[in-house]
Amino acid sequence: MKTSRSYLSTKASQLKPSGIRRFFDLASTMDNVISLGVGEPDFVTPWNVIEASYHSLEQGYTAYTANAGILELRQLIADYLFQSFQVKYKAEEDIIVTVGASQALDLALRAIIDPGDEVIVVEPCFVAYAPTVTLAGGVPVPLETLPENEFKLQPEQIEALVTEKTKALLICSPNNPTGTVLQKEDLNKIAEVVNRHDLIVLSDEIYGELTYDEPYTSFASIRGMKERTLLLSGFSKAFAMTGWRLGYVAGPTELIQAMLKIHQYTIMCASTMAQHGAIEALKNGRQSILEMKKSYQQRRNFVVNSFNEIGLECHRPGGAFYVFPSIKHTGLTSEAFAEQLLQEEKVAVVPGSVFGKGGEGHIRCSYATSLKQLNEAMKRIKRFIERL
Amino acid sequence: MSLELGLIFTWFDLFDNSGKGRVMKVEQIDIDLLDLLEKNGRMPLDMIAKTLDISIEEVEKRMENLENHHAILGYSAIANWSKVLDYEGVNAMIDVKVTPTRGVGFDKIAERIYRFPEVKAVYLMSGAYDLSVSIQGKTMSEIGLFVSEKLSTLDSVISTTTHFILKKYKHDGVIFNPDDDDKRIVVSP
Repeated sequence: MKTSRSYLSTKASQLKPSGIRRFFDLASTMDNVISLGVGEPDFVTPWNVIEASYHSLEQGYTAYTANAGILELRQLIADYLFQSFQVKYKAEEDIIVTVGASQALDLALRAIIDPGDEVIVVEPCFVAYAPTVTLAGGVPVPLETLPENEFKLQPEQIEALVTEKTKALLICSPNNPTGTVLQKEDLNKIAEVVNRHDLIVLSDEIYGELTYDEPYTSFASIRGMKERTLLLSGFSKAFAMTGWRLGYVAGPTELIQAMLKIHQYTIMCASTMAQHGAIEALKNGRQSILEMKKSYQQRRNFVVNSFNEIGLECHRPGGAFYVFPSIKHTGLTSEAFAEQLLQEEKVAVVPGSVFGKGGEGHIRCSYATSLKQLNEAMKRIKRFIERL
Repeated sequence: MSLELGLIFTWFDLFDNSGKGRVMKVEQIDIDLLDLLEKNGRMPLDMIAKTLDISIEEVEKRMENLENHHAILGYSAIANWSKVLDYEGVNAMIDVKVTPTRGVGFDKIAERIYRFPEVKAVYLMSGAYDLSVSIQGKTMSEIGLFVSEKLSTLDSVISTTTHFILKKYKHDGVIFNPDDDDKRIVVSP
């Protein structure tokens, strides 16, 4: 029976569906598709991590954990952040284990945003950023990075967008979908602007382990920035643990404690068995990370060299597992390109337009797929381009 | 038939500097090259070149160099004979205790064993026995005959213990009958 009014909130009804959804629906009806559209590792979680999680279940660790997560895990995260990125956090007060970095972002925004506060979102970016800002009652303000800057955000671009309502800057390095890594000197310049305008930075560092040319610099490690940064990260990408849904946030005590209130009322705690897996990952997972990283690096080289050979201009991204070649000279929109490529050659890529401003004219190709598959995909894309 | 291709080479040749064989100095790129070829001995040269970010000519030069130094001993298929009707055969691993010979240690007796074509591998072991011999035959009785008539009758051999392989799960890093379906959803953010 039809009800006389809609029960949907304005927020929910106005929320746009993700552009990726349509491609997922299209691609999943077809057979023999080679997908370069997957935003997650092709590796299965390292066996020692799976085994540790099994073991915890056998031991009967099936109850809730502390709201902020198992203390041992938080301690290991603190040690890891200190050893890898030289940022010091207190395990007891400054870290929350979350359901993926996505929940960490949601918590952060809910904790800092008052209605109408503006958040500068550096685009192209992960599809959830702007909607999550909106859901928290904020206003996402897109900052468009440009291919001529290798998609690096320029400090003066922040200046141009700052208003008295600007509260936060949301960055992601290495970036999804461009793979761009902000180096220490880039971050230093951003830090100056952030300081001047008294902003807080939400730094999504989920791909931080996956950099191939230069050592990674965390935004929180920039002088004076730890107090202004919420460092969002997790186990999904580096440890190939996407399905475990386990992330964390580290930051200034006051902010983390406010986020913990929201976390305890909305989520209670992250999955216990996943947390036990993560403990093993941090204790004994380094070698697995290095092996996977090596493999990604080789695939990146292969894919970048192949795209440039085919004639789709592609900058060499320093991290994550995406390349973002330009398809502008084909005259097609990124959506038309992706759709035709899928229909004609059964290769799934994601149109750049779904990642916000500056994405149009590009396609995102994930190289988290075997070299064999990548080789076949490149052959098909070459055939497709030659026919255009 | 399930057939994968692999590469036969010896890391030992690269790093051992105590043996009498020629040992080569290698660069990281040679290690990466060997790694790729060990996983797929049939990887096309242009693909290797793009993956390692070097020219095809350099790939060829480095492979030739590795071959000349016997760091690459050959390129072969990893055959899963159990998938081929009537060709499964029988494999066994034999623990062999021997008396080493003065002056040449275990090398001489090892050679007398590895010269037999049915012997697929021979290793000198630490622990309860000395040589581990891996052997392939058509039938169990064929292997039985080899052990009783050829191996046990060698002067230095004190005893043998034969273990027949019932099922291969993993061999040289390759999982037999793998479940390699991609379990990820086809497009994700």
